Amino acid sequence: MSLFKNPFDTKTDLSACPCGAHRTLGEHNAELALLQRDQQLAVAADEEKRLTNAVDQAVVRALIPDDMTRRRVLHTIGAGTLLAAIEQFFPLATAREVFAQDKGPLEKKDLKVGFIAITCATPIIMAHPMGFYSKHGLNVDVIKTAGWAVIRDKTINKEYDAAHMLSPMPLAITTGSGSNPIPYTMPAVENINGQAITLAMKHKDKRDPKSWKGFKLAVPFDYSMHNYLLRYYLAEHGIDPDTDVQIRAVPPPEMVANLRADNIDGFLAPDPVNQRAVYDGVGFIHLLTKEIWDGHPCCAFAASQEFVTTNPNTYRALLRAIIEATAYATKAENRKQIAEAIAPAAYLNQPVTVVEQVLTGTYADGLGNIKRVPDRIDFAPFPWQSFGIWILTQMKRWGQLKGDVDYQKVAEQVFLATDTAKLMQDVGLTPPSSPYKTFSVMGKQFDPSKPTDYINSFKIKRV
Amino acid sequence: MKMSFRLRAAVVSVALLITMLAAWHIATAGVGQTQAMDPEYAKLMGLTATQGKSAMPGPLDVAKILGGHLADPFYVKGPNDQGIGIQLGYSIGRVALGFGLAVLVAVPLGFLIGLSPLFRQALDPFIQVMRPVSPLAWMPLALYTIKDSAISSIFVIFICSVWPMLTNTAFAVANVRKEWLNVSRTLEVGTFRTIFRVILPAAAPTILTGMRISISIAWLVIVAAEMLVGGTGIGYFVWNEWNNLSIANVINAILFIGVIGMLLDQLLGFLTRLVTFTE
Repeated sequence: MSLFKNPFDTKTDLSACPCGAHRTLGEHNAELALLQRDQQLAVAADEEKRLTNAVDQAVVRALIPDDMTRRRVLHTIGAGTLLAAIEQFFPLATAREVFAQDKGPLEKKDLKVGFIAITCATPIIMAHPMGFYSKHGLNVDVIKTAGWAVIRDKTINKEYDAAHMLSPMPLAITTGSGSNPIPYTMPAVENINGQAITLAMKHKDKRDPKSWKGFKLAVPFDYSMHNYLLRYYLAEHGIDPDTDVQIRAVPPPEMVANLRADNIDGFLAPDPVNQRAVYDGVGFIHLLTKEIWDGHPCCAFAASQEFVTTNPNTYRALLRAIIEATAYATKAENRKQIAEAIAPAAYLNQPVTVVEQVLTGTYADGLGNIKRVPDRIDFAPFPWQSFGIWILTQMKRWGQLKGDVDYQKVAEQVFLATDTAKLMQDVGLTPPSSPYKTFSVMGKQFDPSKPTDYINSFKIKRV
Repeated sequence: MKMSFRLRAAVVSVALLITMLAAWHIATAGVGQTQAMDPEYAKLMGLTATQGKSAMPGPLDVAKILGGHLADPFYVKGPNDQGIGIQLGYSIGRVALGFGLAVLVAVPLGFLIGLSPLFRQALDPFIQVMRPVSPLAWMPLALYTIKDSAISSIFVIFICSVWPMLTNTAFAVANVRKEWLNVSRTLEVGTFRTIFRVILPAAAPTILTGMRISISIAWLVIVAAEMLVGGTGIGYFVWNEWNNLSIANVINAILFIGVIGMLLDQLLGFLTRLVTFTE
């Protein structure tokens, strides 16, 4: 390639800009002027102005993503006019303010976040390979952990800065059930729905829970939505979960092997365990938990209150990354890509097709049918405080929580809804206006303002 | 033709190995398509369900994966996925540390117990109670009090490998031949000189035998400890592959654990021979 342009070539335009990146010299100069303006601002070393400029640039880029068009507009009307025009319909001032507030210096950049290898942790895991953490200046190691008790101990020991937990766990840690009481916070729900009851193949004709007396069933942890949903489901069918069946806590990876070895009759477990049992031909999916309670929370993103108060900026950046990942995971069109990103050995360590069946909701049920349930698992970060109260009622119902409990106070202390709502708005999600809502579980309405009446309304309970 | 005894033994070993592998291969061979299945449905299912492939891998599957591990033993793909060489390195490092600490505590303490009948009586109940405790029972306590999983697993190695060394050292020191001690007393040798020039050489073979037992225990314990706390090491590797229900990888890990355990044992055996003397 020649250093100089060939003036004898008919295709050469000698009036074109000298750097070759623009079509005309005019465009080149306009760009140059904008660049010089940036430089002047940078030299001015005025933090506020630089931030403002960064926000302005980001907004202009976002509004006119096409490079050619943007340059043409800048060339015709100039940067100042353009910004003034944008300000007419976009709250630039507010954006600058929010930006300046939230992007304070990070107290800690290298973080460790623990997770359990299940699809409930999807946003926490995918934020690593897909770059959501690094986008916010965080260097996060997501660390696969052997079990819930170890996750609990390692976060309490501060080996992890934050962790994937079951949503009842921060409540249990805060109230001191099953451990010393330590104030914990749960700023985001990881996933809603996404669990299933899987039974061994030999039970394929026993679909009525009334015939399950004597069954040995497994759940991942005592303080889990899995345990409460299974107990709820059994009790609604007149089976006492403490006397009529045996419910054991078994780590998810061991469930499939135990089902194959005929040690258990079934389990209510997070995915991909259910799908893996189907994939290996040892079980079938009896029902998805969304059929028990559509939209129930399951896993959560949790950190100690100490971490939140000592590292507020880091905490916000981390939470923002998680919420963005959650928003990305909500969209059906991204699910295949996510499945590929989180299936490798470093994360879930499962065949891609298993993870994909869970995330896309097009799955084999183990009995020869292909089911299509797009919301088999979904992702919604808002920590409804009424969810917290429901969980506490079940902890009380099954005797895990002793004495008098101020349900509302504990739920509000642990389920941090305000921060999440603000950050959700930032990433374009719509947070609800109140952290309380009523919902129904197996057709029975739950009113978060009357938790005691709710507990008393059950026939089978341990109160 | 008369073969040497060693050669004959080797031939029998190889024949046994081949028979075992062949039996394993036949026992785990698939039975082909088991039942008619909708092709779209079959795509969503694993080989066990569609082709009747045994859930247990055959020797060829294991060999293939073994080749993969040996070809690239030191890769690092983030904290959760590292090569088998690195995992074994972590485990050996932890064992070395825990075992080393155990030696530092067990040998001097063993000497003290061996030399003093009073200490022997006083410490005996503690040793008797602590010795049979399983490493898995120590783990939650260690995690709770030490508050660091890496140090906890080293502590568990330490606490489980300290006892054989301690009892063997005490036994060896207590049973040094009376004649030798009497001779040194007659020659008016000082206490420290007696310990280092008479008792230590006399007790060394037995102490090293204790160490040999300990290192085997330490290597047994590390796998359990790492399975519990996770993160790194061969125990974590086994757990991670169990998570994936990849029995072929678990068999590979068993192979590696066996070979390293044997090497460690041989190393201590060699050291024992170095300090053994003939009377």
